[in-house]
Amino acid sequence: MSAATGIPMIELAGVAKQFGKGRAVLDPLDLEVQKGEFVTMLGPSGCGKSTLLKLIAGLTAPTTGTIRVDGMTPKNARELISFIFQDATLLPWRNVLQNVCLGLELEHESTERQRKKADELLKMVGLQQVSKAYPRELSGGMKMRVSIARALATSPRLLLMDEPFAALDEMTRDRFNEELLRLREEQKWTGVFVTHSVAEAVFLSTRIVILAPNPGRIHAMLAVDFPFPRTAALRITPEFDALAASLSRLLRGAIAA
Amino acid sequence: MKRWAISLGNAGAVFAALLLLWQAIIWIFHVASYMLPTPLAVAQVLVSRRALLLNALSITAEEAAGGLAVSIAAGIAVALIFAQSRWLRRMFFPYTLLLQTVPIIAISPLILMWVGAGMPAVTLIAFIISLAPIIANTTQGLISVDENLVRLFLMHNATPGQLLFKLRLPNAVPYLFVGIRIASGLAVIGAITGELYAGSSRVGEGGLGYSILYASTQLQTDYLFALVAAATVLGFGFVFIVMFLEWYFLHRWHESARPLEAD
Repeated sequence: MSAATGIPMIELAGVAKQFGKGRAVLDPLDLEVQKGEFVTMLGPSGCGKSTLLKLIAGLTAPTTGTIRVDGMTPKNARELISFIFQDATLLPWRNVLQNVCLGLELEHESTERQRKKADELLKMVGLQQVSKAYPRELSGGMKMRVSIARALATSPRLLLMDEPFAALDEMTRDRFNEELLRLREEQKWTGVFVTHSVAEAVFLSTRIVILAPNPGRIHAMLAVDFPFPRTAALRITPEFDALAASLSRLLRGAIAA
Repeated sequence: MKRWAISLGNAGAVFAALLLLWQAIIWIFHVASYMLPTPLAVAQVLVSRRALLLNALSITAEEAAGGLAVSIAAGIAVALIFAQSRWLRRMFFPYTLLLQTVPIIAISPLILMWVGAGMPAVTLIAFIISLAPIIANTTQGLISVDENLVRLFLMHNATPGQLLFKLRLPNAVPYLFVGIRIASGLAVIGAITGELYAGSSRVGEGGLGYSILYASTQLQTDYLFALVAAATVLGFGFVFIVMFLEWYFLHRWHESARPLEAD
């Protein structure tokens, strides 16, 4: 799957965000994400990357500027969007299968279709064995798999991810990154991903937006041209290292700026 | 199960030791039976007056259960209203504390005056005394929902009804049970205390509290002891039933509900 298609999925124009009267979280910024892209927001804490994601999701309103998702306001576009949070945010009183069904259930899908879709997703993320287990019986990695399955069950066209793998150990995180790209190949959603991990950003993205903190603003943008499908072998190529190194330099510049 | 049996055995041993100590005190100090009856005398009364005891027990149980049931229903209803806005909570929550701190002894005569003696008055007292913990805990459960879970629901265009029934209410269930556990003990205490004042509309017939008062004026100390034992069993029974229900509904998913495995 290639990167950009030329058709915009997300358009931000002059979007700024302030909390209350004083503190600016985001300076006015313009950004366009095209359908089929996988864009990563990379930056230190305080750069407003999570706020940017919430703005796109319509979970918070911009102070100034306009946001369009597939030509609609973010709130109207919610049926196209799924959100993956940093923690798995599962409902502890529901078992794995019921958790995966949640989005479909809230969107009034028939029980039959919920079941079919959930089974398909559980298989895709390798959880069909534990579909009757409750969240407290699962490891952190398995919980995150449930969270991903739940997000993908509603067949989103846009997947927003807020540091979903930050709590996992590095080896697990690498494997999740590979699986995420495989799921993207199969389902062809557009991705916006927030992280502070350089390696993760390089491996996943078609484009990386580097944000500078206090107040948040775009510091630099970088296209990542490695072809898809990407596998674990990519991480040990000199090109990968070179890009990661230059990204680290840009990131240091963003923090100093 | 093994550990459970051991702790039950330990409790039994302590109980036997206490009975022996009790008997020893009577032997050594020659205590008069109207001051302190022997354990055996109490056991005899428990058997010989079992029909009367059971009758008193069932009256008090009914009053306590009735009061508790109404306070659960009313408490959840009030909590649902409180959960709607911070402003409402600020305005009215202090009054639930008042409910908790009002001495039940002090208002019993008023209730007796308004409602008249008998089971309705006692049920009302049990209700008043057990209401506050239900309101406080359920409200807490309804409002302390993970913010990201609310966001998740909003991302799927959840309706207010879905947010309430699929998120806030299930989240409040463990809190509700904590409230019911506290309230169940209070309801029994409230019923017995209430009976001291408003226990019976007919002389000689009433629940445990009324019978305790009656037995003490008649200097039937052995019967008084039997009644106290019955009251203790009733309170324990209530808490035990609530704890069982709590375990039954929560053990699959909630961290707190694993008392049998806890050390």
